[in-house]
Amino acid sequence: MNLYEFEAKEILAQYGIPLPDGRVAQSAAEAEAVAKAMPGHKFAVKAQIMAGGRGLAGGIQMAATPSQVGTIAGKLLGSRLTTPQTRPEGDLVERVYVETAVESEKDFFLAVLVDQATAMINVLGSAAGGVDFEDRVAKDSTIVSALPVRLGGQIADADADAFLSGIGFPAAHLAQGRDIMRAMVKVFVNADATLIEINPLTLTKDGTLCAVDAKMTLDNNSLFRHPEFTGLQSSAAVDEVEMQAQKDEINLVRLDGNIGVVVNGAGLALATQDMLADAGGKAANFMDIRTTATSLQVARGIGILLADPKVKVILVNVHGGGMTPCDTVVEALALALAWSKRKLPLVIRLAGQNAEYALDMLNNRMVAHHRADGIKDAVARAIKLAA
Amino acid sequence: MSILVDANTRLIVQGMTGRSGTFYADQAMTYGTDVAGGVRPGKGGKRHLGKPLFNTVADAVRETGANASLVLVPAHNAAAAIIEAIEAEVPLIVCVTERIPVLDMVRVKAALKGSKSEMVGANSQGVLAPGVCKIGVMSTTDAKPGPIGIVSRSASLTSEVVASMSKAGLGQSTTIGIGGDPVHGVGFVRCLELFMDDPDTTGVVLVGEIGGAEEEEAAAWLKARKSAKPVAALVVGRHAPAQRRMGHAGTLSVFGSGNANSKIAALKAAGARVASGVDDLPGLMAEALGRH
Repeated sequence: MNLYEFEAKEILAQYGIPLPDGRVAQSAAEAEAVAKAMPGHKFAVKAQIMAGGRGLAGGIQMAATPSQVGTIAGKLLGSRLTTPQTRPEGDLVERVYVETAVESEKDFFLAVLVDQATAMINVLGSAAGGVDFEDRVAKDSTIVSALPVRLGGQIADADADAFLSGIGFPAAHLAQGRDIMRAMVKVFVNADATLIEINPLTLTKDGTLCAVDAKMTLDNNSLFRHPEFTGLQSSAAVDEVEMQAQKDEINLVRLDGNIGVVVNGAGLALATQDMLADAGGKAANFMDIRTTATSLQVARGIGILLADPKVKVILVNVHGGGMTPCDTVVEALALALAWSKRKLPLVIRLAGQNAEYALDMLNNRMVAHHRADGIKDAVARAIKLAA
Repeated sequence: MSILVDANTRLIVQGMTGRSGTFYADQAMTYGTDVAGGVRPGKGGKRHLGKPLFNTVADAVRETGANASLVLVPAHNAAAAIIEAIEAEVPLIVCVTERIPVLDMVRVKAALKGSKSEMVGANSQGVLAPGVCKIGVMSTTDAKPGPIGIVSRSASLTSEVVASMSKAGLGQSTTIGIGGDPVHGVGFVRCLELFMDDPDTTGVVLVGEIGGAEEEEAAAWLKARKSAKPVAALVVGRHAPAQRRMGHAGTLSVFGSGNANSKIAALKAAGARVASGVDDLPGLMAEALGRH
């Protein structure tokens, strides 16, 4: 689960990571009041959306007075921001974060994540923090340094100092840098995060370090042991339909095509999507039915597709195996069709465990469908029917 | 012959008494796998599916001489179960459980370092040597014994590949799912090593997907090794929207790494034949075997 900047910062503050003064606001008047109560005479007004690339999309604006803060907040709140990381229609801005603007002497990048290859927690650092950091790394990955951290999370002074000096930390700020690194690792472990990123970690003109922007991602698989995160606003920002599907043991991602896709397994789902795209079709969704899903749960998942007005045809591509034999999905399909008033053309391609049995079942239930011979045929038929 | 498992594999099932534990233990026995018993704390001394239950992995290993464990323990206890198996020095541990916390897997990997265990998974369909031994949850409908090794990150797609290979007369020595999680046990490189050293495997199919860097690592290994055995590969997710997470946690990419095109390019440069879809794999493999 990705966190909003203001929620990530609340957690980082609890661990003593230095931040500029700031508070979240949900209306222009509130934003203005927040600014009035803050020290300093220059403010940053930041749209709270999950996606990166906010700054270049106009989601971060500077203000010289509290009334200007109110004006900017009024414009941002309720608008939609489109960045390369959002859907085309953009993300709705429901909150702004009002912060004392700091004058930067130098911008660093610090992050904590698990390196997949070594299965170790790593601190990443760079002297080239700030806007467009990802693009700079893509061009030259050597601008990032990594420090592997032992399982217990301790970092020796000498290791920390060498790492920080290596990314250009001035000697006078090494002690504070060490504290920040260690606090980040502590948050990472205690919160079961998969990513903490401070970019920029700014060394200000008056000689202090502070985390001007922060991104944090929590491990969805660990939320069961973190009741403290249940009230986060970030969890409300997750697509409700996709969340419901999750509860039904289905990984669903909504896309903008017109072919509803029912598939078991992430790999087969990606393969189906590739074949659709190669043949000129567009999937309305990504669906991965997990092996633990019951036919009732799968029926609710198919119901989501039937209820989506842009879906013109449903393509079922299932390879039965394990605890998901083909008949489970066919049972689900019949149920979902019985619940829905909508009649859509169905293209069915089944293989593996109980494929024959499931196809017979479809006939017995009098479910009209196009039976495909292989995935290629299924994809071609679905595209034709969606046109 | 096969890799990781063979006719002498003797299996215990951790979490045998649960719903999926019961289901898959039964299926493994039906397939012919030698299931020695199960582990379920508190139920030691009882029997399940006609096999003895033990309180601990160490008890089960001592009493039955088991040399492999299938872990079907729920996610919140799965890492502890795996570590228990590592400490009991079980040579092969296969974990099917999905949604294990990443930091739990970091602990598991630390326990594996220098241990006597090889681990497959988690979030894996397991290991299958057709006609010999099944440890996992995969479909066995279309699997046929033969000379092709298959290693993949995804279960149902593997079944699809297996079916199309079998249909073309290309049976399998072993099929392995390395699992869909970002931190996991054996990877592509380790499986390639094992397949290249297995006298009865003549060709390898590698099925990758977006995210992570393992396909690139496999490509680098192949390039350095210059193996005599041909490798055919499929990488799925060419058309997945770059910024959205699809299915496997392993597909979460940091700093834009792990897109399908870079993986395909790396594998091609290493001499692998890369298919555009499942249907093309058998043809590519047959052609490669003909040339070798």
